[in-house]
Amino acid sequence: MIPGLLALLGCQLAGEFLVRAFGIPIPGPVVGMVLLLVALQVREPAEDSGLVRTMEGLLRHLQLLFVPAGTGVVQYLPLLGASLLPVVAGLLVGWLVTLAVTAAVVAVLLAVGPWLRRTGLVHGGR
Amino acid sequence: MHLDEAWAALVDSPALGVALTLAAYRISLWLRARSGNHPLVNPVLISIALIGVVLWALDIDYAEYLTGGQLISLLLGPATVALAWPMHKELALVKRAAVPILGGVAIGSGVAVVTAVVVTRFLGGSEELVLSMAPKSTTTPVALALSESIGGVPALTAVLTILTGITGAVAGPRVLTWLRVRDPRVRGLAVGVSSHGIGTAQMLQESRTEGAFSGLAMALTALGTSLWIPILVPLLT
Repeated sequence: MIPGLLALLGCQLAGEFLVRAFGIPIPGPVVGMVLLLVALQVREPAEDSGLVRTMEGLLRHLQLLFVPAGTGVVQYLPLLGASLLPVVAGLLVGWLVTLAVTAAVVAVLLAVGPWLRRTGLVHGGR
Repeated sequence: MHLDEAWAALVDSPALGVALTLAAYRISLWLRARSGNHPLVNPVLISIALIGVVLWALDIDYAEYLTGGQLISLLLGPATVALAWPMHKELALVKRAAVPILGGVAIGSGVAVVTAVVVTRFLGGSEELVLSMAPKSTTTPVALALSESIGGVPALTAVLTILTGITGAVAGPRVLTWLRVRDPRVRGLAVGVSSHGIGTAQMLQESRTEGAFSGLAMALTALGTSLWIPILVPLLT
């Protein structure tokens, strides 16, 4: 478990360094994730290795890790309550439209790709 | 006996925040199992409610709780890196869907900003609220930085971002089923774009493919929102 956690922290720190060094507008851990993805492609760890068990353990309890920041809502209850309608509608309507539009765009693009290749308009990869 | 001092020492100890968070989470998992995994019984939502009530009842400040709570938040970094694992396992599927993924994220992350700003403004939200709302669909650290850059209130954005994530975790899978979206790739991407990491945590419970696509969408949305916010917010406000 310790080597696994060290590998994850190493990727995170490398990511933090890269985003600062190059002014990349995304969080260090997200870049760390890309670095780990490349490393996993180069050399896949065994299913029972410490790294895999650490990753699966962290992801199993991913929801737990959002709880402390989420509890910050207690500080804003009066403010949120004072503008309840714009807050609730902004959250729900915005979320719903984003979800539906994204699903529609992806579904259409997934359907169009094979169709274009079948009709011979483009010669894509697989 | 020095009960007051002993109590003060307890409240000061980071161990209290850690124990409280773990206990609330454990109870929320138990409740979820008892409910037959009902989506409304979301562990993040239930844990926040339980901790909120305890802090209020024992008169503990959020800042005091956070001395321990932030030790748990610290693990979000390595956990985000660990999202590479389901993605690695699903990479063949991801590569084949590269164009739909990029298209969905590019449009979805823009739609998220536009709808948040327009709806909140239209319903009379203050300038402060509107700006704090704009980056709410992206992952929390990015949302905080973007909120600050456009003149929002970062702490308020954090709360709105987490509420958006909880909405996605609670309602995402069910709404997608209502909309007859069954392809796990589409489901994962839609939740990842609209509800970042908390939505992704839920999709990981649904299936590995949904979890992988959701995690990927979350990562790309961080970039998409960062590019859209400086263009769209000045146009809309």
